[in-house]
Amino acid sequence: MSDVMIEARGLTKHYGPVTALKNATFEVNRGEVVGFLGPNGAGKTTTMKILTCFIAPSEGTARVGGADIFEDPIAVRKAIGYLPESTPLYTEMLVLEYLEFAGKMRGLSGNDLRARIRKVVDETSLGDVIGKAIGELSKGFRQRVGLAQALIHEPPVLILDEPMSGLDPNQASEIRELIREIGRERTIILSTHNLSEVQVTCGRVLIISEGQLVADDTPEELAARAGRPRFIATLRRNGHSAAEIRSAFANIGNAQSVTEHEGIGANEVIIEIVPKSTQDLRADIFQAAVAGKLVLLGLEQRGENLEDVFRELTTRDTGAAS
Amino acid sequence: MKNILTIAGRQFRSYFNGPVAYIVICIVMLTLGFFFWKTFFLFGRASAREMFRWLSLILVFALPALTMGLLAEEKRTGTIELLITMPVTEAQVIVGKFLGVFGLYAVLLALTLPYPMSIATLGDLDWGPVWGGYLGLILQGSAILAIGLMASSWTNNQLIALFVALTLSVFFWVLDKFLPLLPTNAASALEWMSFDYHFQSMARGVLDLRDVVFFFSVTLVALAAAFRALESRRWS
Repeated sequence: MSDVMIEARGLTKHYGPVTALKNATFEVNRGEVVGFLGPNGAGKTTTMKILTCFIAPSEGTARVGGADIFEDPIAVRKAIGYLPESTPLYTEMLVLEYLEFAGKMRGLSGNDLRARIRKVVDETSLGDVIGKAIGELSKGFRQRVGLAQALIHEPPVLILDEPMSGLDPNQASEIRELIREIGRERTIILSTHNLSEVQVTCGRVLIISEGQLVADDTPEELAARAGRPRFIATLRRNGHSAAEIRSAFANIGNAQSVTEHEGIGANEVIIEIVPKSTQDLRADIFQAAVAGKLVLLGLEQRGENLEDVFRELTTRDTGAAS
Repeated sequence: MKNILTIAGRQFRSYFNGPVAYIVICIVMLTLGFFFWKTFFLFGRASAREMFRWLSLILVFALPALTMGLLAEEKRTGTIELLITMPVTEAQVIVGKFLGVFGLYAVLLALTLPYPMSIATLGDLDWGPVWGGYLGLILQGSAILAIGLMASSWTNNQLIALFVALTLSVFFWVLDKFLPLLPTNAASALEWMSFDYHFQSMARGVLDLRDVVFFFSVTLVALAAAFRALESRRWS
């Protein structure tokens, strides 16, 4: 078997007059954790539903684990562990009952089934709630049950739709950790609209906007595309004129431009400094402020995360149209 | 095959995790008891005929309550997505669901066995019509359950599924009640499509293959329609 675990070719999906997905083509290799990123309604869920054979594409096709979604949907489903958006589980069932059900549906039985259940319960730390009804669980635990059922047959491919939405920060970081753990041995596609999540969890990012793939890169490369970081310093004006303040920073060696904005209070001024290269200028800015006898109230670095790329890529179309 | 049984087993057990099974069983048993004993001693005959007459009518109303959630609820909550994306075919899901609710129906029928048994202690009961009656209930019940499953596959609202299933099952039951008002040709066609006509014939203890084929056909057509509805989601 080749190393390409997921291969999507020209996937297009129309819902009546609405085109949810336009000609999406991408590949995911064995062992990759890929973040599927886009605003709501961009086509992430549609793509995932196509890959899991829940819906069929209007055009194009895909192969998962070597099987075609049209020719052998059962083989595709066998290769996939799937966690749909908002984790729909049978709330009246006990956690153990549910995992038994999921295991049996995956062809497990007897000692095998018991061993796998023990393993996933361990991996997802569900031990304390195994005898509880799913409906009684917190969102975080429910999410773990969803992950546990997706893992029970040790699938080579995991497809997780918004696995961290609706969780509080602690729960989210636990699930993130878990996904990272799982991702060492498996191919994972996870969708999200949370950028920091992708940076932490994924080795590669697919950005989708209005049904079209607009980027396919590592988080680092995408961040680099966002351009150089900018430094924002908040200073106390203390009677200094704008020109004085600007000149205090003008002689920072690597600064390309220094612009000045009004601060929140009348006595505050905000300076934006763009470096010539991707250099960290925070120490220089501090030194320059001290040398110019200016009071530095705040200093931050911006544009190093994906947010800017994301915003740029996903709003470009509407920007061009207006 | 194993998947079908897993789905059926889960469905069957889920009835007992919620109130529906208990409510329906209670209502059926209470209504049956009320109507049956009200007239049983008036006839002064050790016959289960009246029991089957009442039971078949009660079930026409009660069974749609068991089927309304089968697919509608799974669609509303989204669990259908997890179910279908497991390695199963749509046909297996439909058959599994059907067998699950049929299992509950079998329990319900088993709970009525004390009726013929106690009648038998009161007099000389002819068991032929009793077995014919149960076979008739099983077949008529299958048809109603399949219709209910079909209705449940058309919507994600349980109440709509209930309403559609009730309308259809009452319609098929009531068809032969208006025969005297109709021209002969239409009358015999309607009679042939009526559930009660075929059921009554079986409950007399006459095993006519045509009655069996009729209920089988209705069940199959309804299950096929449910399959189509479930499958159509892929292409919508």
